[in-house]
Amino acid sequence: MKVGVCYSRIRKDEKLLLNELRDRGHEVEKIDVRKLTFDVADTHEAFEDLDIVVDRCLATSRSLYVTRFAESYGVPIVNSHETADVCADKAKNSLALEDAGVPTPATKVAFTKETALEAIESFGYPCVIKPVVGSWGRLMAKIDSRDAAEAILEHKATLGHYEHKVFYVQEYVDKPDRDIRVLATDGEPIAGMVRSSDHWITNAAKGATTDVFELDEQARALVARASEAVGGGLLGIDLMEIADPEGGDRYTVHEINHTVEFKALQEAVDIDVPGAVVDWLEAKVASEAAEVTSG
Amino acid sequence: MTDDADSNVAEDPITGEEIELPADVEVGEIVDNPVTGAELEVVSVDPIVLEEAPELEEDWGE
Ligand SMILES: Nc1ncnc2c1ncn2[C@@H]1O[C@H](COP(=O)(O)OP(=O)(O)OP(=O)(O)O)[C@@H](O)[C@H]1O
Repeated sequence: MKVGVCYSRIRKDEKLLLNELRDRGHEVEKIDVRKLTFDVADTHEAFEDLDIVVDRCLATSRSLYVTRFAESYGVPIVNSHETADVCADKAKNSLALEDAGVPTPATKVAFTKETALEAIESFGYPCVIKPVVGSWGRLMAKIDSRDAAEAILEHKATLGHYEHKVFYVQEYVDKPDRDIRVLATDGEPIAGMVRSSDHWITNAAKGATTDVFELDEQARALVARASEAVGGGLLGIDLMEIADPEGGDRYTVHEINHTVEFKALQEAVDIDVPGAVVDWLEAKVASEAAEVTSG
Repeated sequence: MTDDADSNVAEDPITGEEIELPADVEVGEIVDNPVTGAELEVVSVDPIVLEEAPELEEDWGE
């Protein structure tokens, strides 16, 4: 098959994927999105004759447009624009999970310092505030007191880009010192890992350690439903374990990532992660081709 | 610096020093200077040219 890979940086993750595709004899078109201009009418030549495109844009803003253009050019892209759109924004992400009935931390969105403070006080302390767009745990705050809340809101309102004036406030989930990342393709887990740290942000903290996570039935079911809630695709689904579950839910899904990294996962597990991703891409292209022939 | 078939050398544009790179580096790839830790982007491969990689932006991530 002929696979386009949209990127602006080839990290270890992209390299693993490119090498796996080439090793299997697939033709690869590397598309550095910084070098292209996208015409709304004419399909860019880089996108011609591709069986599928994989969006590996590191910049969320680019990913959102690239997926939309690819779809307009009639080229299948993973993940879809719909999935990227939901996953790129934490508020939309939370809404999709909630709408699908997937357990997710209680969350409120407010647009002013005053209403954000109300949201914070309604959760009590500690609670968490996150930017709606962003990753790797950046600019997230655990708020321990009203004084801290006021200071953080003041800073965000004064210093922030407009997106920081969308205040995303969340209950603090009392989790063990770890969270879980599951890499899944259309809801089917490839592998999972736990990320442990003394810091409350366990996934991106310095000195965080990883280990393999074997999914139980409940985790599998949640991953499938969470994936479906955002339109499926190649996803990184992040779960936290609830230290003291009241009902039957032992996990809560806090977010789904649409341009998922897998280097760390590959180091933590014995499974051939890029191999599984390419298996899925091959199956996807084969099923699209079957659909075309059957009309 | 060794000059065997399995490795490449290129000049770090920041320090001016030569650094060793894997044989299979490709355009767009980000490599780290092993001493300074600086991120460098491979902008061409024949010959290998490195540039300082773009700085992290707020909307970058997964
Ligand atoms: N409500 C919460 N309560 C307790 N811990 C939390 C909460 N939300 C996030 N965390 C911790 O912070 C980490 C980062 O959170 P989150 O995934 O929302 O941020 P992110 O910046 O989108 O990260 P990434 O995109 O890299 O997955 C989680 O892995 C978890 O350890």
